[in-house]
Amino acid sequence: METILFLTHPEDDGSLGRSALETLTGVVELNRQLSDAKFVAGFIGDDVSTAVAEASGCGAKTFYTVSGPDFKMSRCASDTAALEAICRASGATIVVAPTTSRFNRAIPGVAQRLDGRIDTHVGGFTVNGAELRIQRGYYRQRMIASLTRTARPWFLTFDSGVFPKWEGAPVAVQTETLNVKIGDELRKTNVTGYKAPLASVQTIRPDAKLLFVAGVGWTKKQADGQVHLEEAAKIILHILDKSGASLGSSKSLVDQSSEGQGVFSFMSHLNQVGQTGSTPRHPKGLAACCHGEEPHVVGWRFIGERRVINLDPNCGWAQGKADVLYVADAFELVAKVSELL
Amino acid sequence: MSTGFHVVVCGSLVPDLLQTLEPVQGPAGPGLRNELMLPSVLDPWAAHALYEAGHLAATVPGTRVWLVSLGPKAKLQQLMMSIAQKVPFEFVAIDASASGFTDPVEVAAALADAIEMIPALDRSRLLLFGGCASASRDAGVTVQLVGERLGIADQFLAVDELTVSAQGTLTILERVEGGKYLVSEVAGPPCAIAWATGNRPEPPNNPQIGMLNMRTIMPALQKARLVQLSAPGTTFHGVELPKQERRTRIVKDVPIEEMAMEIANWIKE
Repeated sequence: METILFLTHPEDDGSLGRSALETLTGVVELNRQLSDAKFVAGFIGDDVSTAVAEASGCGAKTFYTVSGPDFKMSRCASDTAALEAICRASGATIVVAPTTSRFNRAIPGVAQRLDGRIDTHVGGFTVNGAELRIQRGYYRQRMIASLTRTARPWFLTFDSGVFPKWEGAPVAVQTETLNVKIGDELRKTNVTGYKAPLASVQTIRPDAKLLFVAGVGWTKKQADGQVHLEEAAKIILHILDKSGASLGSSKSLVDQSSEGQGVFSFMSHLNQVGQTGSTPRHPKGLAACCHGEEPHVVGWRFIGERRVINLDPNCGWAQGKADVLYVADAFELVAKVSELL
Repeated sequence: MSTGFHVVVCGSLVPDLLQTLEPVQGPAGPGLRNELMLPSVLDPWAAHALYEAGHLAATVPGTRVWLVSLGPKAKLQQLMMSIAQKVPFEFVAIDASASGFTDPVEVAAALADAIEMIPALDRSRLLLFGGCASASRDAGVTVQLVGERLGIADQFLAVDELTVSAQGTLTILERVEGGKYLVSEVAGPPCAIAWATGNRPEPPNNPQIGMLNMRTIMPALQKARLVQLSAPGTTFHGVELPKQERRTRIVKDVPIEEMAMEIANWIKE
C-alpha cells in the first residue's frame, strides 16, 4: 500500500500559494486513482494554522506540522530537517510537493537522506491500478518522457499550471505536531530578506493572464535607419501597464545588457525565457520582434494561446508554434493595441 | 580572506543547444539519435558556475578551482578544447554517460565520490558550485544531492550573485518567485551554490590559461574512472517529442487598426 504525502509551506502571509493549491488538486486526484493508498499532509512554516485550515477538507488522514520561527524563512538546513522529520513520521512512499524555490532547494537533500529517488517538474501522471506513471520533460522540455519507479520513497515536485487550484470548505482537523530542534550548526545561514533585481520596474508577474515576450528586434534599426530604444521602452512599458502582462525576453536581448550595450533598464536576466531561461505558464502569450528556432521557442512551450507580431511571415518563432501571426511593424501595432486597452 | 576557497564546479556536457534532438529507445533505455555524434557544449548553467568560480579565484587570493565533469571520455576531451582557455581550473574527469536520462542520484554519487578523492581538497573551505539545472536532465537536483552526500547543510539554488566580505562572510542572492531575490548571509564555507545565469559574460579565450589547464586536463582524462550509471527499478515507458504543431493563421495586408482591435479584444477576453 502506498502512503502519499503532500508537502507544503505557507506564503509570507500565512496562506497557501497558488502552486501549493494546484499541487494539492493533483495529489487528491492521485489518491483517488491509486488503489489502496493512504493520504497524509505535511506543513512547515512559522505559523501553519491558516494553511492547514485552508487544506483541511482535502481528505488527508493526518496533518503533520513543523512550525516555529526557525521555519519562517526559506533556509535549506532547517527546511531539510523539518521535511525529513515529516517524511519519516508519515512513512511516506510517495512524496509530492509543489515546485517552489523553497522546496526545489530542500527536497533533493531529503530524498538523499531517505535513500529515495526524485523527479522534478512533473507535468502529469497516469495510474494503472497500483502503478503510478509520471510525465516530465527532458532536454528543457524538448521531449516528454513517461516513466515509473519502484524505488521508495519517490519524491515528486509538480509544476505549476498543470492542475487547477484546489478549493474546498475547511473542516476541523487534529494536527500532529513534530518537534524538530534546530541547533546552531543549522543556523549558519541567516536569511536577511528580499531584494528586487536591478531593474527600474517590476515586470515579472507570475499570476498575469498574458506573457508579453519582447525580442531583440526592438533594439534593431527601424525603417528610418535609426535605433529607437527610448520609444521601444515606452511602448513595451505601456502595453505591460495596460494589459497587466508579465514581461519575458529572448536571450539575445538580455545578453546585450551583460555585454554593455544599451538595453532596457526594466529588463534583467530574470525576464529571460527559453532554453536557458524560464518556461513560464500563462494562459496567453504575445511575442513581438522575436526571432529564432527551437531553443528559443522552448520559452513559451507552456503558454496556452500564442500570438506573434513579426515582419517576417516565415518566422520560426511563429510558424507552427503560434496560433496567429500578425505581419506588421511591432512599434506601430503594439502602440495601437495599448491605446485600445 | 587569507587562505581562499576551494571551489569545486560540477559541470558536464550537453548537446549543442541549436541541434535538433530526437529520442530513440535503446536496449539500456532511452537516448538521443546519434548521441555520440552530436556536437556538445558545457552545460550553460554549469558554464556560468565555472565563470563565477574563475572570478572568485581572481579576486580572492589563495582560491583554487576544480572542474569535475562526468561524460564519455572522448567527448570530454573535445569539450576541453572549447573551455580550457576560459578560466584556470584543475580537471577531474569521470568516464560515464552524460545522457539526460541518467538518474540524478546515481550521477550525484559518482560526482561526490570523485570530489572526495581530490587529494588537496580542504573540505572546510569548500564551495560546491554547479548549475541550478541542466539542459539535459533539467531536474535541478544534482548539486543538492552532491552537497548532501558531502555533508553540506547550507545550500543555495538559482543564485545570481555571490559577494565575499573582508571578514569572509558570503552574501548570496537566490532567485525566488515573483522576480525577486532572497538574500542570505553565511558565515563561511562549506556551502553548495547552484548557479542561475549569474551576471558575468563568457570570458574571452586566453591561450596562456589554456596552456596552464592542459597540464591537468590530459592526465585527468587518462585516469578518468569508468562509472556505469544505472537506475534499478526505473522504467521509461516512452519518450516523445511534444506534439505542439499549431495551424498558424497569418494575418497580413490588413489595416493596422484592424489587427490592433483583434489583439486588444483577444487580450480582454
